[in-house]
Amino acid sequence: MQTFLGLYNFWVVIVLMMIGFYIVIAHDNLVKKIIGLNIFQTAVFILYISAGKIQGGTAPILGEPGAVYSHPLPHVLILTAIVVGVATTALGLALIVRIHEAYGSNEEDDLLVLDRREDSP
Amino acid sequence: MTAQLPALQILLPMLASALCVLLRSPAGAWLCFTLATWASFAVSVLLVLATRSGAILSYEMGGWEPPFGIELRIDALNAFVLLIVSGMAAVMAPFARSSVLAEIEQTRVYLFYALVLLCLTGLLGISITGDAFNLFVFLEISSLSSYAIIAMGPNRRALLAAFQYLIMGTVGGTFILIGIGLMYMLTGTLNMADLAERLPAMADSRTEKAALGFIVVGASIKLALFPLHAWLPNAYAYAPSLVSALLAATATKVAAYVLIRFIYTVFLPERAFDGLMLSELMMALAAIAMIAGSVVAIFQHNVKLLLAWSSIAQIGYIVLGAALVTTAGLAATTLHLLNHAVAKGCLFLALGVIVWKTGGARLSDLAGLGRTLPWVGAAFVIGALSLIGVPFTGGFITKWYLLVAVAEQELWLLAGAVVLSSLLSIIYMGRVIETLYFRAPSQGTTRSEPVPVLMLSSVWLLALLNVAIGSYSEPFAAIARTAAGQLLGGTP
Repeated sequence: MQTFLGLYNFWVVIVLMMIGFYIVIAHDNLVKKIIGLNIFQTAVFILYISAGKIQGGTAPILGEPGAVYSHPLPHVLILTAIVVGVATTALGLALIVRIHEAYGSNEEDDLLVLDRREDSP
Repeated sequence: MTAQLPALQILLPMLASALCVLLRSPAGAWLCFTLATWASFAVSVLLVLATRSGAILSYEMGGWEPPFGIELRIDALNAFVLLIVSGMAAVMAPFARSSVLAEIEQTRVYLFYALVLLCLTGLLGISITGDAFNLFVFLEISSLSSYAIIAMGPNRRALLAAFQYLIMGTVGGTFILIGIGLMYMLTGTLNMADLAERLPAMADSRTEKAALGFIVVGASIKLALFPLHAWLPNAYAYAPSLVSALLAATATKVAAYVLIRFIYTVFLPERAFDGLMLSELMMALAAIAMIAGSVVAIFQHNVKLLLAWSSIAQIGYIVLGAALVTTAGLAATTLHLLNHAVAKGCLFLALGVIVWKTGGARLSDLAGLGRTLPWVGAAFVIGALSLIGVPFTGGFITKWYLLVAVAEQELWLLAGAVVLSSLLSIIYMGRVIETLYFRAPSQGTTRSEPVPVLMLSSVWLLALLNVAIGSYSEPFAAIARTAAGQLLGGTP
């Protein structure tokens, strides 16, 4: 029980990660896949942020000497990862727009059927 | 001047990429691309010369001392991978001019070159950095730009291929990020050399094993190691010709480098391979990839898809050498990074010329072209021979090194798999060559103007390089042995 409650941040990470991963694998809709990917990445953000947290620590801003503050490096790292996540989402959505223009659908099943129909004649 | 070389290696393509966007004209962007790749190649040659005897260059980015700041760290293996990436880009630059004009919309050409340069920046950055998180950032730079340039392919299927690559690539990249995060939690450092020093104290921790697992799976997705290869065939087949050639020659090589670097330098082989059956697992997957990739390639009608499936088989050779955990195996892997890049680059470029001429890459489009385009046909044959591993081509050298390394360990079943995969490659390459030379030319519309000299010069440079490495491989083999020695000798 102690380990379960004591590490609840990490349980949240695992649950979120699996939810995101499941959406990416199980859904045909391309927009939903991107949403799943976002949840998956968010789980990793929480993993990093949890690592930097110190009990009773404040924000890492230069103030009174000797104050306990959270480790700032994971925050900086994850800021970079968030930027990467935003770029990935933007690119993914742009691709979906182009796919919808070219195929008239954004369901993966439909797209594969259309591709196969093109091959057969 | 020489002290600044490591920084220049990444900065040159990065700044040239921005310059391409400012120039806007297709001709200006191409010139910028060509000059940047050639300059970057010159830098990597100097780096190879500086490190080939086993010296290690360290560059403190922004003057911050490692392990606190980002360190660029170059040993024999880094320099060799940098040479492959920048060399391939430099050789392909002349080819790019006509091919890109034919396949990309006029108004988007400058953006295309900017993205290709950005992708190169990422690939060179991954190869040169000594900081684990910096590696992730460069990985995403190269991945995001490669999704975009794959999507610029002429067929609408390129869009779906790029999207599928985006999904798998992002999952792979995020896995690597998780692995790096777990290592950071254990040790509080991100510098690879520093990690290698601090991780042994955590040897029995399950977190360390999890970190290794995440990184190996993430890198394997990027590497397209069987069974994580689903994104590769379509991405290579529907991308513009230049992108297929460039990514096939460089992107998977850099992913292989990431796998080797983390296993051998950060985790150290004795702990990475101990207790997890990683070596056996990698060998089994490599053997399956070698045979399954070749078998699927035999049944392809689109030659670009055929070459893509053959890449999956070739990745098997690369991983097999790395899984042996011996100097001979690692040297074979390092050499194969180069030889596969040169052979596959040559094949994809020759195919690019054919696409430029006929507008298609299906087997029926190639019929009889060996007679109407004799120079292109001949270059394709040389590339194919190297891929199969015929003596006096680069492919033979690596297969020989690999077979010797496998025989050293007396793993006869694996040696059989290597030979079987080579025999299968005779069948699929034979099919293409037979169509090129012994079929009646199809009546489809082809371009009337002759093949541009610039395009042919790129193709033939690579074809001759195949033969040159095959006839005189010693300089490269010496670098490969130095690299293998450094990898097995602990921290570089």
